[in-house]
Amino acid sequence: MSISHAPPPNEIADIGGTSPSTAPPQPLPAPLLEPLPSTSTTRHRARVPRWLRRLSGPLLLLLAWQLASASGVLTADVLASPGTIARVGRDLIADGSLTSAMGVSLQRVALGVLLGAVVGTVLALLSGLFRAGEDLVDASVQMLRTVPFVGLIPLFIIWFGIGEAPKVAIITLGVTFPLYLNVYAGIRGVDAQLIEAGQSLGLSRWGLVRHVVLPGALPGAMTGLRFSLGVAWLALVFAEQVNADSGIGFLMVQARDFLRTDVIVVCLIVYAFLGLFADFVVRTLERLLLQWRPTFTGQ
Amino acid sequence: MATDVHRAVSPDRAGQEEPAAVRVQGLSRTFDGRRVVDGLELTVRSGEFVALLGRSGCGKSTLLKILTGLDREIEGAVLVPRRKATAFQAPRLMPWKKVWRNVLLGLPGKPERAVAERALAEVGLDHRVDAWPKTLSGGEAQRASLARALVREPDLLLLDEPFGALDALTRIKAQRLVGELWQQRGCAVLLVTHDVEEAVLLADRVLVMDDGVIAHETEIDLPRPRDIADPGFAELRTHLLDHLGVEAPTPAPAPAHAHASASASA
Repeated sequence: MSISHAPPPNEIADIGGTSPSTAPPQPLPAPLLEPLPSTSTTRHRARVPRWLRRLSGPLLLLLAWQLASASGVLTADVLASPGTIARVGRDLIADGSLTSAMGVSLQRVALGVLLGAVVGTVLALLSGLFRAGEDLVDASVQMLRTVPFVGLIPLFIIWFGIGEAPKVAIITLGVTFPLYLNVYAGIRGVDAQLIEAGQSLGLSRWGLVRHVVLPGALPGAMTGLRFSLGVAWLALVFAEQVNADSGIGFLMVQARDFLRTDVIVVCLIVYAFLGLFADFVVRTLERLLLQWRPTFTGQ
Repeated sequence: MATDVHRAVSPDRAGQEEPAAVRVQGLSRTFDGRRVVDGLELTVRSGEFVALLGRSGCGKSTLLKILTGLDREIEGAVLVPRRKATAFQAPRLMPWKKVWRNVLLGLPGKPERAVAERALAEVGLDHRVDAWPKTLSGGEAQRASLARALVREPDLLLLDEPFGALDALTRIKAQRLVGELWQQRGCAVLLVTHDVEEAVLLADRVLVMDDGVIAHETEIDLPRPRDIADPGFAELRTHLLDHLGVEAPTPAPAPAHAHASASASA
């Protein structure tokens, strides 16, 4: 028997099939009906744009902070108030020191991410696409990634001196591993059924890679990119606090020497906003490149 | 392993016999010492519609995979046309390509979008040319998959339980569509299924596979279009079910029940 839907309770006896002709079951008392609330998205949500809604959480946090400072719970020598920080930030921008520091830092991150992305992706393609590549590359990468990359700073200074090179190298190293892991996992996670379908359609080896494997690995690559950018800022902070004479990290080291918590916080905020910006870039990329994905997008 | 999966079987090369779309001789496939296909012989005439029935695990999907060219660890001779296409049980559309790009995927050269549009129109999907696969219903996705197979203008169309995942109503429509397309195209079709009714409805010849060989075959000479209510139809169905090890119910079956037991999943 094919039963394609849950039977109403009074049919259960029939389906059991033991006694097909018993007395008709007692009808249940009429159930109490209740209205289901409508969650039609067109009603309230369209009015407030998405970005504004996303901004409301951080703004509330800021408000709480300002209240704590104004009421004296949070003293200035521990943490300056948002108002002070905003003023200091404005001053730093006005005299150009913050913008130039940001420029230098951004350049370091951009270069590091670019190099790391190239290295990580190439390695992941090698070990993801070829079994020989996997044997050769994967074990070494898995071993190296357990080394905390920050611990390599002294070594990098000896190798590359104290200029830009060791800073970029640290960021590159930090970026490479998360990207490698996720692109590799993405490639190996491509549905074998789709590979078969591609083969049956007569795709060549390269055609399979281009039309099936790489697009299939894209979600993984995007996750990897997110992780990578997170690590990139982290690496930047470490790299810039060692032997730097420019950049946001340098500004922070200076501020520490003069006990300026306000400047330190300004720099932290700048880091945070840069991170937020990077996240925005990845989000945009995901929206453009992964619109085909049949996944849950939240309610 | 004397296997040439890609050699085209043309009438003159096949010699004195009639033109064939599939010729399989002494085919064996072993999985970990277990012979899933064991010395199988099979010929499908050019333009013939053959249905392959069998219980789950009898090797019919393995056979189809071999004919598609996806499984080459085989012994024996397998001859299939170069132009062949497969539609699987799941539509297997690339989710990152729009429907029309899916249809053109793997075609040689740089085919125009119009080619895909024509193929999609043939399966009644011309309004979803630009859709993402995730927005298609089950029946639509299966039709898109069929269009992707047909656009290759195959001499042999391999169908691996293509209606298995569809709901009953969509399945009837899809079966009709396949029947019509086959009559228009005139290509040979090998339909792997576990639905006896479907096999009798569509095929010229029904094969029953068991223990890695074709254990039984029945010519279906009912006039087309076929009617499930036809007494000859019921007779063939009972006969085939018998060969599949499903005995006919003893009391006179009501139509709804007969249907349910005929499609007993293998």
